[in-house]
Amino acid sequence: MAKIKSIYENVMSRWQALTDFKFFWPLFMITGIAFCMAASTYEFIDLYVQLILIYVGINIILTVSLNLINGYMGEFSVGHAGFMAVGAYVASLLTVHVFPPGAQNLFFPLAILAGGLAAALIGFLVAIPSFKTRGDYLAIVTLAFCMIVKSVLENIDAIGGPRGLLGMEKLTTLPWVFFWTALSVWVIRNLVYSNFGRGVLSIREDEIASDLMSVNTRQVKIIAFVVSSFFAGIAGGLFAHALQFINPRMFDIIKSTDILIMVYLGGIASIAGSIIGAVIYTILLEILRPLGVWRMVFMPLMLVLLMIYRPRGIMGLKEARMFTPLRDLVTEKLWRQKKKEAGDASP
Amino acid sequence: MPLLKIEKVTHRFAGLCAVSDFNLAVEPHELIGVIGPNGAGKTTVFNLITGVYRASEGSIKLEGQELVGKTPHQITKLGIARTFQNIRLFKELSVLDNVRTAHYGRIHYTPAEALLQIGRFRAEEKRITHQALDLLAIFKLDEMAGEKAKNLPYGLQRRLEIARALATEPKLLLLDEPAAGMNPNEIIQLMDFIRWIRKTFSVTIILIEHQMRLVMGICERLVVLDFGATIATGLPVEIQNNPKVLEAYLGEEVAV
Amino acid sequence: MAYIFQQILNALQLGSIYALIALGYTMVYGILTMINFAHGDLFMVGAFFCFLLAAYLHLSFVPTLLLSMIGVAFLGVIIERLAYKPLRRAPRVSAIITALGVGLFLENFTLALSPYPKHIPQLLENVTWTVGSISISSLQVLIIVLSLILMLILDFIVQRTKAGMAMRAISWDKTIVPLMGVPVNKIISLTFAIGTGLGGAAGVMYGLAYPVIDPYMGIMVGWKAFICAVVGGIGNIRGAMIGGFILGTVEIMVGAFFPSTYRDFVAFTLLLILLIVRPYGILGKPQPQKV
Repeated sequence: MAKIKSIYENVMSRWQALTDFKFFWPLFMITGIAFCMAASTYEFIDLYVQLILIYVGINIILTVSLNLINGYMGEFSVGHAGFMAVGAYVASLLTVHVFPPGAQNLFFPLAILAGGLAAALIGFLVAIPSFKTRGDYLAIVTLAFCMIVKSVLENIDAIGGPRGLLGMEKLTTLPWVFFWTALSVWVIRNLVYSNFGRGVLSIREDEIASDLMSVNTRQVKIIAFVVSSFFAGIAGGLFAHALQFINPRMFDIIKSTDILIMVYLGGIASIAGSIIGAVIYTILLEILRPLGVWRMVFMPLMLVLLMIYRPRGIMGLKEARMFTPLRDLVTEKLWRQKKKEAGDASP
Repeated sequence: MPLLKIEKVTHRFAGLCAVSDFNLAVEPHELIGVIGPNGAGKTTVFNLITGVYRASEGSIKLEGQELVGKTPHQITKLGIARTFQNIRLFKELSVLDNVRTAHYGRIHYTPAEALLQIGRFRAEEKRITHQALDLLAIFKLDEMAGEKAKNLPYGLQRRLEIARALATEPKLLLLDEPAAGMNPNEIIQLMDFIRWIRKTFSVTIILIEHQMRLVMGICERLVVLDFGATIATGLPVEIQNNPKVLEAYLGEEVAV
Repeated sequence: MAYIFQQILNALQLGSIYALIALGYTMVYGILTMINFAHGDLFMVGAFFCFLLAAYLHLSFVPTLLLSMIGVAFLGVIIERLAYKPLRRAPRVSAIITALGVGLFLENFTLALSPYPKHIPQLLENVTWTVGSISISSLQVLIIVLSLILMLILDFIVQRTKAGMAMRAISWDKTIVPLMGVPVNKIISLTFAIGTGLGGAAGVMYGLAYPVIDPYMGIMVGWKAFICAVVGGIGNIRGAMIGGFILGTVEIMVGAFFPSTYRDFVAFTLLLILLIVRPYGILGKPQPQKV
């Protein structure tokens, strides 16, 4: 056991050193995308497995981005599906009605990006009530927002109203999902380990003290909501082009609940936790499919049991070393060396 | 020119006067004590200065700049930092991150640079970490930089809170009952510690305290509050013999 | 004119059902500062109990109502003991997620047992009185009057009895009250029993008013009742009643004068505006921040 642990530590610290290498992330992206492209062209991964991997990726984006608000900032947003809906509709409308049918593949990333930006704009608006309202009342604001989005979509006949929207090509492929998932994880990790991220955390710990320690809490809340909703919008766009059909009911409170469960299953304030939560939840639901209706009886029971025995989720408030930047440790080490040299020199 | 000038500040909670007609001028490098019985409005004065509450009337100026109406982080950025009566560290964050958070007002990278790790981000992070560690070293906390704040013993938590406040590079430091929960021996150490902070960081200090020994020992000037009203100001010796103060503050002992 | 009066009656009917459910949210919140998201599904279980008792045992209205209330209250207490009690010292949000899980479990368990929507048999003969041009149905009057009676009983229990005093004391201060010899666990169980029992009653009445029931009916109604509790000021019992009637009125009135698809939109927009104007609800008080 101890040996396994030491091997794990060793691997992780090497990985950490690797991720701090300047060109690591671009290289990681390129190899990952290349692998996924090969996988989807030569089909050495089963199509069914590919489909599940696509949903796993989308769920990772949703979970990591919601964790920014609910885990790192300590608020309780239940409106994540609303941002997803905005992204899904904007991206779908662009690919179906605006971009030329021949060049869908070329314009797809633009559509997804536009969906994310639209969701980010809405996220900015939702951040404003969060300046004054907190806790359960902010939860209600996000809930109301989610309902309003759904209701607005149902009432616009031009985009299908309650019947929904179809006509999207199946543009969401494994390489794209890999790209956006890795990007969201990387960006949110960068945010969390910057001073803005420390601001987000300090708001969770003690908002008044944080304000008094020069943290511009309004700015921090805007950044957190905008980044979080941006990626929810991205996930929405990918979701729409994987399913090739969307309607407003897909993005109601039940969808939000799903994302919440993945966040708290994996554990708050942990990127590794979010990934684990999304993977376990998505795959378990697939594995239990033969159970039929009873699947959704067992899943909540397992969730309740997990909460009773591990109230903070699988990785609550803990981070796998592969996601913590090495630069802090390196800086600290250098600093200690310098201090020691100075200490040796002075007496 | 005084560093801080508080003029005719009044604050009401739902009709109740928590502080009325409070005046104070603080010269640079002074060490001033605010004393008074429980509920006299001492912490309210701190909350008014730091912008947690907005004064109902009056003006508070730091180097001539009006503070009333500004948010706490704006005021902190202008050069006022504080500690709290009941320690309010960011418990789940590491000691280092507690201090680094306080650099928020002085970072030189934009959110976009942070999200994409470009531009000044890495250099700035390095600078902040170095400065935070330097500060922690001064306070002999650098060995515990990676520890979560909640795991520190009580005395070190108090020390860390002062370090965190100083990380904002204040001109004026407000200490809210720094001696709470300390024994007489520790209080004597604390007196030296406060004097040392004033000298090392060349800050002006206002402190709220119950412990007479501490206040009389280090403060150059005292303000006595009772039911929100200022009942006396002056040198510690004057305050000690002021009949009004004895009546309000030590009422019971006089009766005996 | 008659149309408006008719709509007012509808509003009172829907409002009283919302209010009954909102009471359950607010009571549990007051005592545990926990949002029992399974509450909407307990409401659904109430409607299904009503269906079972009326369709298979052919009971009449009063025993159906009472047995459904008792059944749901019992279920509520069991859920509290098994799922929430172990989490009393855990972070608040774990309890909320547990409640969401319990809610999902109730929904899907009911769905697994009863895959198709059910139709509750008519328990009471519905008489329609006509006064001038206004027609009043006896069912509507019954629902409104019965809800009001239940609310009055609740208000009496909370304000006048010893158990009610203990409830208020616990919601006031959770650390001191147990030291005063108040049996906290019993009082919490009692709170859950009363709160979920009222939810069960609401389920029965909802089933009488809108007889087609399905396992997911509790989700939207539950969230809306939660909103009522927040609008009134969460933790405040009279606030929950007011919130229920406000939302009922808004929904019915919007439905009466606009296309019914606008209902949710208008209702939630009004809610947002209200929360921005009064961030702590109508009767709620902002928590003073100690610094």
